Amino acid sequence: MTHSAKSSKLNHSTPFDWINCAVMLLLSFIMLYPLWYCAVGSFNEGADYLRGGVFLWPRKWTLANYNAVFLDKSILNAFGVTIAKCVVGTVTSLLCTSMVAYAITRPHLKLKKFYIPFIMLTMFFSGGLIPYFLLIVNLNLYDSFWVYIIPTMFSAYNMIIIQSFMRELPNELIESAKIDGANEYRIFFQMILPLSKPVLATIALFTIVNHWNSYFDSMMYTSSQGLQTIQLFLKKVITDPAMAKGLGSAAAVSIPEKAMTLTPQVVKLATMVITALPVICVYPFLQRYFVKGVTMGAVKG
Amino acid sequence: MAASKTAAKQSEKKPGRLRRLLQSDQFQMQTLIWPGLILCFVFSYIPMYGILIAFKNYTIGSTMSSAPWVGLKFFQEFWHDPALAGVLRNTLALNGLALLFSFPAPILLALFINEIRNVRFKKVVQTISYLPHFLSWVIFGGIVIEMLMPTGVVSSVLCDLGILKEPVNFMAKGEYFYAIYTIISVIKSVGFGSILYVAAIAGIDQEMYEAAVVDGCGRFQKMWYITLPSITGTIVIMLIFQISSILNTGYEQIILLQNPLNLAFSETLDTYVYKIGIAQSRYSYGAAVGLLKSILSVALMLIANKTSKKLLNRGLF
Repeated sequence: MTHSAKSSKLNHSTPFDWINCAVMLLLSFIMLYPLWYCAVGSFNEGADYLRGGVFLWPRKWTLANYNAVFLDKSILNAFGVTIAKCVVGTVTSLLCTSMVAYAITRPHLKLKKFYIPFIMLTMFFSGGLIPYFLLIVNLNLYDSFWVYIIPTMFSAYNMIIIQSFMRELPNELIESAKIDGANEYRIFFQMILPLSKPVLATIALFTIVNHWNSYFDSMMYTSSQGLQTIQLFLKKVITDPAMAKGLGSAAAVSIPEKAMTLTPQVVKLATMVITALPVICVYPFLQRYFVKGVTMGAVKG
Repeated sequence: MAASKTAAKQSEKKPGRLRRLLQSDQFQMQTLIWPGLILCFVFSYIPMYGILIAFKNYTIGSTMSSAPWVGLKFFQEFWHDPALAGVLRNTLALNGLALLFSFPAPILLALFINEIRNVRFKKVVQTISYLPHFLSWVIFGGIVIEMLMPTGVVSSVLCDLGILKEPVNFMAKGEYFYAIYTIISVIKSVGFGSILYVAAIAGIDQEMYEAAVVDGCGRFQKMWYITLPSITGTIVIMLIFQISSILNTGYEQIILLQNPLNLAFSETLDTYVYKIGIAQSRYSYGAAVGLLKSILSVALMLIANKTSKKLLNRGLF
């Protein structure tokens, strides 16, 4: 009864609905426009872009900026480092964290009473930036690729989410595998890990996006050019005019007819578009996982 | 049969002690957990011990034990640091603005998203609103900086409207920094922050709304008397978190938007620690400022938690 009353009410829109709709559209525009602005600039000729006014559509269409990005060795190298960091970092972190999560869910694990507070405490207290930095230096991890991987291999926060999922798996499965003679390693790798795919996928997504987006680790713990990630490269170009000047010079040398119109600004915009593209393409399809991840974290944390 | 079984068992037991240990469930479970524990110890507990350098004069080349104790010297130095006033003002102002704008924005958005009747439109709006969260600060901030250039879209539109007489480089004007930072933060975080509240609103008992309609409640009355009270728990918890992080501004966003011209308004405790500790290699001084910040943060959280317990009977612990 209430249902029919409701649906009849649904049919006519009040002024409030229109205003609400308009506000939401405005909001969506504000969120999308910066990306559009960046994309438009990246397809515009460099010298022309400097005159300003390229806001809605490229005035002098060109692909030279993208060409320049793919000719720049340091950009390509930065992309390579970032991809390697994402892949290796995510796989090792998932493995290490879910190993702990599985062991924590086993009822006969000895010393569990000691392990749990030991891990939980690290979620609330930390030594701060400077002691952490000195630790990295003393471990000889400074300016090594492994500084991206090893310190973030175990995450207490993710461990809690994974173990709460594993706890829900039927215990009889483990018991019957035991009777069949499987040991703990086999149960973990061949049974629990495949069954935990949904939660692992969620956490993998967050981990990949974090790795892809961060520049602070690269800035803090590496110094050589060969190890900088794409985000750090972009950050340097944005904040350091001297860095920006060199951008696109490789392309200017190899395509001399484009050299006149190629400017660092548009090459920077093209690099930004390429960097943002994977995230933009992937996230709409995966957003339900993201949403799940947030609410899961909220319930347990 | 029985005899052969016991024989098999004996032959299993025959291998040495070590072998038995390696095959025991307990040992295997322990090996699964220990890599994580070791990482935890190294990367969380050793830095906690490392805080001691705040009370020592640590320089490159010296070790933790060989560095001489200096007591509270670096804390006193910070107290007399001419940068202190500006750094504290910026930290508190930026976070105060976050508390005023970035904190309530997701709640408002969730309330109004909840009022959208067309399911598909709602999904689209939500999807778009999450997007800025997933873009890195470098990209989002970088684009905004580009837009705020004198040749950028903001100057141009404001000039066309006659609000500005000539193009302005907004990033070079320190007095605009607070506003720019707050606006970017809101845009970047509002959608993702609303997820939690939308989920909380979805959990509200629909019968309450139906009863309210029978009683003649309008839309805003329903929001005010049903929706908001129902999600107070979530709001309070998020508020306590927000207050306890009032001294954190994060490094990535500020360092990106910082430039020599707006430094007077963009230097915060976090970036200051980075600057003196890492860039200038004054490790002990940096650690002291960092420690001071952590202690104040914990104190703020305890105060916020106690206050909310007294006023609303709700708290984190």
